[in-house]
Amino acid sequence: MARNVSEVAAPESKGGAVQQTRGRTEAGMRAPVDIYEDGEGITLEADMPGVSRERLDVRVDGDTLLLEGNVQFELPKDAEAMYADVRSTVYRRSFVLSRELETSNIQATLKDGVLTVRIPKRAELRPRRIEVRTA
Amino acid sequence: MFGRLTSFQDSLLDEFWRLHQEMDEMLGDGLSSAGGIRSAPRGTFPAVNVIQTPAEVQVYLFAPGVDPKKLDVSVQRGLLTVSGERNIPVHDEATYYRQERFSGEFRRAISLGDDVDPDKVEAKYRDGILQIQVRRRESAKPRQIEIH
Repeated sequence: MARNVSEVAAPESKGGAVQQTRGRTEAGMRAPVDIYEDGEGITLEADMPGVSRERLDVRVDGDTLLLEGNVQFELPKDAEAMYADVRSTVYRRSFVLSRELETSNIQATLKDGVLTVRIPKRAELRPRRIEVRTA
Repeated sequence: MFGRLTSFQDSLLDEFWRLHQEMDEMLGDGLSSAGGIRSAPRGTFPAVNVIQTPAEVQVYLFAPGVDPKKLDVSVQRGLLTVSGERNIPVHDEATYYRQERFSGEFRRAISLGDDVDPDKVEAKYRDGILQIQVRRRESAKPRQIEIH
């Protein structure tokens, strides 16, 4: 089966120590995703802990689906870092969508740091069950 | 001859790996020179950040999509333990292309130091981050000594 969603190769730094510096955008952290397909469309679920609705951007640019989120968490003023698995405040990931997907009708929901994106297939391209009649 | 060449390549690769890992440890764990005995390998769910101030230690666990009721947080002798469960339902009828998200039980232990007060722990869960605030004991805080 052909893949309907393929990832856009982007240089992503290993440590993920990324910030926007002087207008130069660097690659963000790679949010882990689950992607699955059923008869109606494709569902993508991404872990983006710390991202609120206001700081989430889900966009379709041409045939590319772009997910971007900014992490926000409260830090006391005189805080000093002791340990950090997370070194970035930006999640970024993008995927190329194939033509049978209806990009104008994508739905996205965010709950407890999990983003769910539903991309329906064009109605005329959904698989139809062909009924076999007995002669 | 080829045997020798292969073993040479292997040793070169080994060396490469060793260097790579060393770099990773140096760059990746720049905050503390040595990993804690209870520290987890990179990529372990949930990711953890820890910060401190003279008055408190704050622990952030990046645990999206977790039911806060299923989280167990405890502090004992300066060791914070968080355990829980995230079960992602699998849709049998669907075709999967990627399954990168963690599913199952997890546990992380974080050493907070001896001066934290196990009775002064507060935890809240928001946008998939579990934030745990642990206060230090009064006696442990640095005090300004007035000179008369």
